[in-house]
Amino acid sequence: MVDLQYEAPGSLDAAVALLANAEGEARVMAGGTDLVVQMRSDMIEPALVVDIKNIPEMGAITHEADGGWRVGAAVTGMELCDHAEFKAAWPGVIEGVALIGSIQIKGRASMGGNLCNASPAADSVPPLIASGATVHIIGPNGERDAAVEDIATGPGQTSLEKGELVVWFKFPPRPAHSGDAYQRFTPRTEMDIAVVGVGVDLTLDDAGICSAARVVLGAVAAKMLVVAECADALVGTPVDDAALENLAKAASAACRPIDDKRGTKEFRIKVAGVLARRVAQQALARARQN
Amino acid sequence: MARKHVATTVNGDTYEFLCDAEQTLLDVLRDEMFLTGSKEGCSSGDCGACSVMLEGKLVCSCLVLGIEADGKTIDTIEGMADGETLHPLQQKFLEENGLQCGICTPGILIAARALLERNPDPSEIEVRYWLAGNLCRCTGYDKIIRSVLDAAADMRGA
Repeated sequence: MVDLQYEAPGSLDAAVALLANAEGEARVMAGGTDLVVQMRSDMIEPALVVDIKNIPEMGAITHEADGGWRVGAAVTGMELCDHAEFKAAWPGVIEGVALIGSIQIKGRASMGGNLCNASPAADSVPPLIASGATVHIIGPNGERDAAVEDIATGPGQTSLEKGELVVWFKFPPRPAHSGDAYQRFTPRTEMDIAVVGVGVDLTLDDAGICSAARVVLGAVAAKMLVVAECADALVGTPVDDAALENLAKAASAACRPIDDKRGTKEFRIKVAGVLARRVAQQALARARQN
Repeated sequence: MARKHVATTVNGDTYEFLCDAEQTLLDVLRDEMFLTGSKEGCSSGDCGACSVMLEGKLVCSCLVLGIEADGKTIDTIEGMADGETLHPLQQKFLEENGLQCGICTPGILIAARALLERNPDPSEIEVRYWLAGNLCRCTGYDKIIRSVLDAAADMRGA
């Protein structure tokens, strides 16, 4: 067994230095709800764990001057779900976060961890991508921003370079007449892993015609799918039955799922269409109220 | 192996011990502080038997590193009764048979108390969702849920 070193730096610079100079495998820990399980089951054997919860930027929720939001990568699910103002702006993101595990898990788990754990079934990630959020990344070569969809590249794999870590999510200002939603299919209503998850964010013009849409499918491919054909099915329409039918077909057509104990390929493909329709209707209802 | 000195406050008492980085909070509660009320069920955050309050937040102690307890405040089942006087939740669980084998009970009591502190008058559905992370393989849950609802009613009346 490797002699594990635990550090909890108080600044981003210190965290980057620790990660960049690590000799063995180094892991970033936010809530630890995935990391500790992986360590205990010997899936990973890191030499260094860098706990980022003492870094102020990682735990901050900020309503920015442009009307957007900045949410630290280690903000816990419970804290975000209890934030009434953020929830009002991004209810679909909250629907995703609220489905991450139990109350106990959400007491620790974060969106940053959910993203960087890179499960194709992660519940917060489809609505995060649908929202158009970006992530701010810091590393040994400086700071950069990236789209959320560019982080996870496959199961357990991310595009982050050695020493890089996600610091915060930046949500754009919410346009008028726009709304988001997330739903997943699971056999149980709680404590389960998505068989299919769908996040939708759409914007209507003053006449009620869809002017922009982002549709994201989870758990139906090795990574989250941002489906342009689904958005095309909605944009330019009043999101009526015909548009929803086209949306459902496009969602099913985009799936590249695996068969596993939670669902067959055929089931996932069918459910993706059904869910896409339902989630778009929920996002539409919200857009009309906003 | 380098062990780190940890000083933590559990149920109002200060504990100091040496901790390996691999040890979880559940490990150190049970093996270093000898507070064995918090139970190990799954060790993967699924069953909730190890539920404790960490800085006032409900967590699975099996998913917290022991080192993280340094300087923090923790509340466990051992601090729930006031001397010989049981907490109303504990009392109701006894009166209404809200337990059988008892392994899940400390975690459920800690989780239920956290709910009632947020929401003194939860619906049955709210109790069931809140306790979704606490597994019980004996009772079928019904008596647990009823015990929590009846304790809540008693506490509101008190």
